[in-house]
Amino acid sequence: MTAFINDLGFIFSYAIPVMIALMLVSLGGLFSERSGVINIALDGIMIMGGFIGALLVLYVGRPLGLPTQAMVLLALVGGAVVGTIFSAAHAFAAIHMNSNQIISATALNMFAPALAVFTARTVGGTERINIVDRYRLDIPLLADIPVLGTLFFERAFLSTFIGIAILIIVTFVFYKTRLGLRLRSVGENPQASESLGIDVYRMRYIGVMTSGFLAGLGGATYLISFDNRFNGDFLGLGFLALAILISGQWKPIRLFIFALIFAMLRVLANLHDSFEMLAAVDLPGQFYRLLPYLFTLIILAFFSKESQAPKALGQAYDQEKR
Amino acid sequence: MNWILNFIAKKPNSINVISSIVAIIMGLIFGLILMFIVNPGNALLGFWTILSGPFASTRDMGFMIFYSTPIILTGLSVAFAFRTGLFNIGATGQLTVGAFFGLYVGVHWTFLGPFHWLVAILAAAVGGGIWGGITGALKAYRNVNEVVSSIMLNYVSMYMVNLLILNTIYGGRSEALRPASTARLPVLFLDNIFPRSPINIGIFIALIVAAILHIILNYTTFGYELKSVGLSRDAAKYAGIKEKRSIVMSFLIAGAIAGIAGGVMYLVGDRTFRINEQLLEQGFTGIAIALLGLSSPIGVVLAGIFYGSILRGGDAAQRIFREEIINIIIAVIIYFSALSLFTKQVISGYVRKKTKKDVDFAQKEGDVG
Repeated sequence: MTAFINDLGFIFSYAIPVMIALMLVSLGGLFSERSGVINIALDGIMIMGGFIGALLVLYVGRPLGLPTQAMVLLALVGGAVVGTIFSAAHAFAAIHMNSNQIISATALNMFAPALAVFTARTVGGTERINIVDRYRLDIPLLADIPVLGTLFFERAFLSTFIGIAILIIVTFVFYKTRLGLRLRSVGENPQASESLGIDVYRMRYIGVMTSGFLAGLGGATYLISFDNRFNGDFLGLGFLALAILISGQWKPIRLFIFALIFAMLRVLANLHDSFEMLAAVDLPGQFYRLLPYLFTLIILAFFSKESQAPKALGQAYDQEKR
Repeated sequence: MNWILNFIAKKPNSINVISSIVAIIMGLIFGLILMFIVNPGNALLGFWTILSGPFASTRDMGFMIFYSTPIILTGLSVAFAFRTGLFNIGATGQLTVGAFFGLYVGVHWTFLGPFHWLVAILAAAVGGGIWGGITGALKAYRNVNEVVSSIMLNYVSMYMVNLLILNTIYGGRSEALRPASTARLPVLFLDNIFPRSPINIGIFIALIVAAILHIILNYTTFGYELKSVGLSRDAAKYAGIKEKRSIVMSFLIAGAIAGIAGGVMYLVGDRTFRINEQLLEQGFTGIAIALLGLSSPIGVVLAGIFYGSILRGGDAAQRIFREEIINIIIAVIIYFSALSLFTKQVISGYVRKKTKKDVDFAQKEGDVG
């Protein structure tokens, strides 16, 4: 039993950066979709964030000789800002141009890896951008707490604390502020919201661009804390965040829980041989990666009638419609 | 300039074609700008190479057709779904499953002799059809949005097919075994016309599929039923059409076409199915091709050949610019296809102002912009 708990602890500590990245990206999806705009461009935005993060570390942070955590912060902020700008293209098409939201998002998803690989190869000759380090840090005092200290504060990541802070802020903004209420209302019934004086277009821009900010941040987080080298894409992690959004039924705390479960399944694909119990079952690594998507499909198939999806999701706003 | 305006005023439907051309031009302009940023001295040369490269020799033209074949098929798959009111973003998953079915038959069922390749292609269609059918059934009977379920099924198919290949037709080095020589698509006389290119009869398969779809959609009751379910599920049901069955059928057919694309891609001598964790991009490119081709089978064939041409052009320009420039151009084209409504508004407003005619620019059936 203790061996089992130890194993679980090990997987957990390994999965933390993946969980934080997935949670940030799915929280981004939450902002966009609760405002009524489907955002399957999360994957592309995430790639953009990670790519910019890698470039900033390699071509700005290192040459300037910034202290390590300042470098991390630079990459995270840079990824988030570029994610925001990039998502504006989707927002413009989806909100102002009544475009099909799936098509414009697909364009973004194709654009991001192509631009990243093109730039990386043109600048450095290969699509791989190595950032070498994962930039861990020890928090003094807190790291000495038994069990919890080792899990959370020893060799930890700056992004973990930023991620947790953002989860708390987002939950608060969503349920306790006027902005959150308005954002949710334009995703449920935009016409009624407008009749109460809410600017639907403005709220949706806020929704989509906040999602760009968080997805860009998530991409940079994944790159800096887990992947530590950029290869042109993140193997569909943005779509996994979408699976989390659906399985978590568009609710912040549930997103956190599913991000944790799916992140652990994701890292299990590489780790399962190291554990007696799992090695005995001997399932192939790819099977663990398949599970989250299969689970989401089952949720969709059996619970779509009770789905908590925003009512106006994916519909272009038409003032004339009642 | 004036004759164009007059032409548009006389034939309002042509505005759809023009908005596709505008999207292509915008994509190319964006690519050109990017080339100027990266390498100003060679930008024009590179740009010209991309456009003219595919026509430099018959060999290049053979490559162009070879590249365009699977894209025409995935484009037809997406276009067919569009016309029946469905969004098939799952073409990549259907293609992957189709590729596995085709390869399995192509590697193992060597007893089939001269019919081997034909059965392998049919197997690919069955595989893709089953995979598309799942999406259709989920939509028809469980009310699951087809985009969301397709995205999940894309990844399920990728991991599943990787596992299946590892266990049934693994050839080592993260690759599937190559199909038997009898399972490879025949070349017929094509290597005489396009020497030293990988061209095979896949292009004829794509053209036959396009013709069949054209007939189904425009001249059959069956096609009419599928389209009317797409326009209004409730109205179709009221008119006595079995609307659930129609949705499943639409996705079955769309999936089967994407599956054939998978077969055509891998039932060749010099390309193997690689086991990695990336979705095959041909499924997504199909969306672009369906949009540019205005969801009509003939348009998709033309758009597919255009795509094959710039892909070959990208090969030719590789020494000057990295080939990803092509994907960037395609992405920008998709983006402007998404903005087609806006493009049409701008053009129609301009035409009305200049020709001072009250032209009726109605939306075309099956238009998804």
